[in-house]
Amino acid sequence: MTKKSKPHVPAVTAVPEFSISARHSKALALTADQAPTRRTLLLGAATAAGAAALAASPKKARAIAPPGAVEYPVPADPTLVPGRPPGLNGGYGTRSQFETEVREWSGSGTSSRTPLASSEGTITPSALHFERHHNGIPEINPEEHALLVHGMVKRPLTFSMADLKRLPSTSRVAFIECAGNSAGEYHAARGKELHNMHGLVSSSEWTGVALSTVLREAGLKPGAAWILAEGRDASMLSRSIPVEKALDDAILAYAQNGEALRPEQGYPLRLLLPGWEGVTNVKWLHRLDVSDAPFQTREETSHYTDLNIITGKAKQFTFIMAAKSLILFPHPEAKLEGPGFYEITGLAWSGRGRIKRVEVTTDGGKSWHLAELQDPVLPKAQTRFRFPWVWDGEPAMLQSRATDETGYVQPSIRQLKEVRGDAERGNVNYHNNAIQTWRVNPGGTIENVHFSGHP
Amino acid sequence: MSTFLATHKLGIRFGISALVLAVWTMDLGRASAQGFTPGRYGIGTPAEAELIAALDVDVRADGHGLPAGTGNYEAGAVLFSQLCVDCHGENLLGGRERGGALIGGRGTLTSEYPRRTVESYWPYATILFDYIRRAMPYPSPGGLEPSQVYSVIAYVLGKANIIEKSMVIGADNLAAIEMPNRDGFRSDWQPEMFR
Repeated sequence: MTKKSKPHVPAVTAVPEFSISARHSKALALTADQAPTRRTLLLGAATAAGAAALAASPKKARAIAPPGAVEYPVPADPTLVPGRPPGLNGGYGTRSQFETEVREWSGSGTSSRTPLASSEGTITPSALHFERHHNGIPEINPEEHALLVHGMVKRPLTFSMADLKRLPSTSRVAFIECAGNSAGEYHAARGKELHNMHGLVSSSEWTGVALSTVLREAGLKPGAAWILAEGRDASMLSRSIPVEKALDDAILAYAQNGEALRPEQGYPLRLLLPGWEGVTNVKWLHRLDVSDAPFQTREETSHYTDLNIITGKAKQFTFIMAAKSLILFPHPEAKLEGPGFYEITGLAWSGRGRIKRVEVTTDGGKSWHLAELQDPVLPKAQTRFRFPWVWDGEPAMLQSRATDETGYVQPSIRQLKEVRGDAERGNVNYHNNAIQTWRVNPGGTIENVHFSGHP
Repeated sequence: MSTFLATHKLGIRFGISALVLAVWTMDLGRASAQGFTPGRYGIGTPAEAELIAALDVDVRADGHGLPAGTGNYEAGAVLFSQLCVDCHGENLLGGRERGGALIGGRGTLTSEYPRRTVESYWPYATILFDYIRRAMPYPSPGGLEPSQVYSVIAYVLGKANIIEKSMVIGADNLAAIEMPNRDGFRSDWQPEMFR
């Protein structure tokens, strides 16, 4: 771990033959307490020892080395010893041993959440993409995996992974958000940590073959209207997908962020339905059954349907994830150290297209200001927004509000409850895209609250 | 290319030999030489009826896909006590493990505490067959014979007072069972619009 350590002043003064350049001073200022000093590294024996330490095989990551990292010796001054050669990590890169972000997984073992508080830019590292499984992560050999396309098609076909990769490929950036993201925040502002509240959303660049291409190979019969997509996991998760979406922008994805899908994300093949609720992006995809009607599977009836407790009726096939935005800094685990400049930043996304604008308020909606959007603003992808803010030390109410290119405006929690009703428990509040409020207290602490005071 | 295998947990395994793939590829090569048809690439292997039949386990709301077999309440009670009770509880109201309540909750969907169960919420009885066969029991999914699945359904629906406990259910009558919340759903892709 990085420590704030005292500069090793004696080491500097003990090597007068070197003038202390800026980079040496900086290195010394960052020296860890127990690390070798610049002087010891300059001595012949010590230099050899240091080099030997660097050349040695990496130790298996100890408990202190974070997941995904390898522990290497940390020299006092990295400018004075050769760095390690490539390949010590076996040829597949590892992150710095000083980086500790992980996705926290649920006790039930069915999900894990992206650590949004530390996210940068717009792409989620594959290793931090949220997970939601319905009976674990299957281990699948791609050479024994195939996609069957049958039902109302002229030519029922199977496609090996090699077949799919022979077909023309396409790539796009898209977010995936679980329909249940933020569900726990619907009734009341309960969450204390950003990832627990809203961490079931992530973004990647996905590569694969357009589903329309594969359907052309098989040839849809007249009347084909719905396609059952089925996974090869232990739940054999299945959802009915409208042909309209399949022919629009659906992708059979085999790659994510420039490499094969992660097993947690459906290796070797998943369905990608840009902008649609996460569960429809069926992972470990192995079968498409074309039909003239939806199949009414468990995951589109018992679950992932939106019960309105005012009417007692449920909305079904609520595929589209509506526009949402979220301030990621500051957030409840952060603390403002005192009055002064802060950059309010966050992410906005819409399953209906591009984000057109994000507005930010610091006074609970009395006044809204346009946030800067980071280019490129891509459809059905997360867009980074930024807003410069000088905090005067007084209480503040921070909110962001997204509008997408269709004119859809992110609602307040009060607006959602007026339409859908609100139960303290029992209901599953899917599709909660309400404006999130962070209350800034005079001491600089941040609180998660519900506030719809100045719409 | 090595042999391509599709394996399925219901116990059937298919292989398509490298030879078949090689012949297919040669055919494609000739077709390409004679002229490429835009929009179709001739990639993919024709799927035989046997393969499709082995993998096609889905059951639709109209009963399409239901296999032969029948089940009854008594047999279902035995299976439930062996395979389901840990998760769903002896009274079907939820158990020690993850499973939720299967029965109860009728009339609660507009209350302060709506309970979404098979009895109160699921619109079609066919969902039970489709889901139990593919995904249950959770620790060892895919192991139940069709008659066993029908029996578990008969038990659950009997306990829910949706069918008579004496009713024998099977492919010919499952889809016709009227679930209490049959009309509780409307399809709507889009979010509500607020302004």
